[in-house]
Amino acid sequence: MDTPIIEFDRVSKIYSSGGGPITALHDVSLRIAAGEFVALIGPSGCGKSTLMRLIGDLEQPSGGSVRVKSKTPEQARRDRDYGIVFQAPVLYDWRTVSRNVELPLEIMGRPKEQRRERALSLLRLVGLGDFADAYPHQLSGGMQQRAAIARALSFEPSILLMDEPFGALDEITRERMQLELLNIWSGANPRPTVIFVTHSIPEAVFLADRVVVMSPRPGRVQRVIPVDLSRPRTYETREDPRFFALVTEVRECLRTAE
Amino acid sequence: MASDAPRFVPGEAPTGAVRAIARRALPALGVVTLLLCCWEGAKLLFAIPDQRLPHLGAIVETMLSRTQGGSGNLLVVQMLANAWATFRIAFGGFAIGTGLGLLLAVIFLQAPVLERGLLPYVIGSQTVPILAIAPMVVVGLGRIGAPGWAARVVVAAYLTFFPVTIGMLRGLRSASPESLSLMRSYAANPAQTFWKLRLPASLPYLFTSLKIAASASVIGAIVAELPAGAREGIGVMILNAAQFYNSRPPALYLAILIAGLLGVAFYCLVALAEYLVVGRRGRARPG
Ligand SMILES: Nc1ncnc2c1ncn2[C@@H]1O[C@H](COP(=O)(O)OP(=O)(O)O)[C@@H](O)[C@H]1O
Ligand SMILES: [Mg+2]
Repeated sequence: MDTPIIEFDRVSKIYSSGGGPITALHDVSLRIAAGEFVALIGPSGCGKSTLMRLIGDLEQPSGGSVRVKSKTPEQARRDRDYGIVFQAPVLYDWRTVSRNVELPLEIMGRPKEQRRERALSLLRLVGLGDFADAYPHQLSGGMQQRAAIARALSFEPSILLMDEPFGALDEITRERMQLELLNIWSGANPRPTVIFVTHSIPEAVFLADRVVVMSPRPGRVQRVIPVDLSRPRTYETREDPRFFALVTEVRECLRTAE
Repeated sequence: MASDAPRFVPGEAPTGAVRAIARRALPALGVVTLLLCCWEGAKLLFAIPDQRLPHLGAIVETMLSRTQGGSGNLLVVQMLANAWATFRIAFGGFAIGTGLGLLLAVIFLQAPVLERGLLPYVIGSQTVPILAIAPMVVVGLGRIGAPGWAARVVVAAYLTFFPVTIGMLRGLRSASPESLSLMRSYAANPAQTFWKLRLPASLPYLFTSLKIAASASVIGAIVAELPAGAREGIGVMILNAAQFYNSRPPALYLAILIAGLLGVAFYCLVALAEYLVVGRRGRARPG
């Protein structure tokens, strides 16, 4: 691997809570290359969100070091290297869809026409071209999440942090969104690095270049499974025997991680 | 897109507004009609004499009678003019109290230490009955030579600032942790986070408080009219009518009715402002 864009070196994270300290991550070392699509998978509470939040400077490590583009996560955040998508769309309900997408650009002081233009082209990209002036509550859950993705892409961050972004969607919408996400990702130039948290095994395999399997209590990296499925991935990919083999491999790994 | 059934229908808004108003106004009208029926029904059923509960017709008659002496206006016009005087005081107190409440909320948001230190006193201030506060304010302000209306404004403000402080503080803290994390990821500065997230997120909470404050400020303005020795105001009308109750009972009911309507009107004014400011957002909040 050439110089990694994200590097975890023996990272641990201990939360102090009412019932004593909780070790969310223990001795995690991980290197992620620029432009890579990495899925994080593991049972609830194994520290996936924590790992993502450490990259995004939303939490500080208790031990070890996290480097992002050879900088501290804080410096990377100040350089606006991260676009974040949560499970909930978190659109601001007093802004129209397009003004939601413009929000990061507004904060970064980009000129008004440029913002609007960028928002409209992104909304077309995610299939919301006709809904630019709608309010979030007028959109379905899947459409709201599309808008959230457009917002995260608006300022062309080099790293996309996605924490179970499709977790609240129905299976049909979810599979379509996975394809759309891959299309957007592979169409972007340069390609952002994606850290994608999920607890769906097929989703992890379908999307990722590598699947990082985590084990619970304390959260550790159990194994990193490379996904050697060719790109572009399509609906047929899900019927590929190799896809099934990888799904089984991840499942076995998760089972033995208990 | 097919199964993602779009719920956005352009051009839905204007008729929606009319319908929204109708949806609220019609039940209210129904209740008023029902109350009027109960009034007359109770009179009939329990044979309540006119001296204790006048006929609705008698109240209307009194409304349209001429006032003795003075300008010889219709009584209802005189009452409304007095209600307007009270409203001006209430509105002044409402504005000042709202400003003070917003200021306190922002201060408490920025400095939780001050919140812990001062909030108990803010809450304590509201447990003292306004009937005890009003004379104190009047006497205190009178001693430094302030005009009588100033004391009434202060009492109205006193009742206003509390709900605004509490509601606004909750509102400013209502932004979800995720939405704050997003702001952090854009490297937004504190002012941007305040103006673009915390403040707009607080508006529904603010308006809920303002509606409570509107009625409270009217009560404050009315209550303060007595110790302030006000010459005009709906509170003055109530006291007058009470004094002459034996000779003309309907006048008291009329005064009380108008005082009530004053509070309702102020409430509706705030509700209208709310509709104009936050109405378009719709109710559903994302997940
Ligand atoms: N802010 C926090 N304070 C205390 N404990 C926390 C906090 N955030 C997460 N945890 C704990 O850390 C562990 C890992 O959490 P998380 O990273 O959210 O897991 P996951 O995303 O894999 O479900 C859990 O046991 C959780 O209860
Ligand atoms: Mg999580």
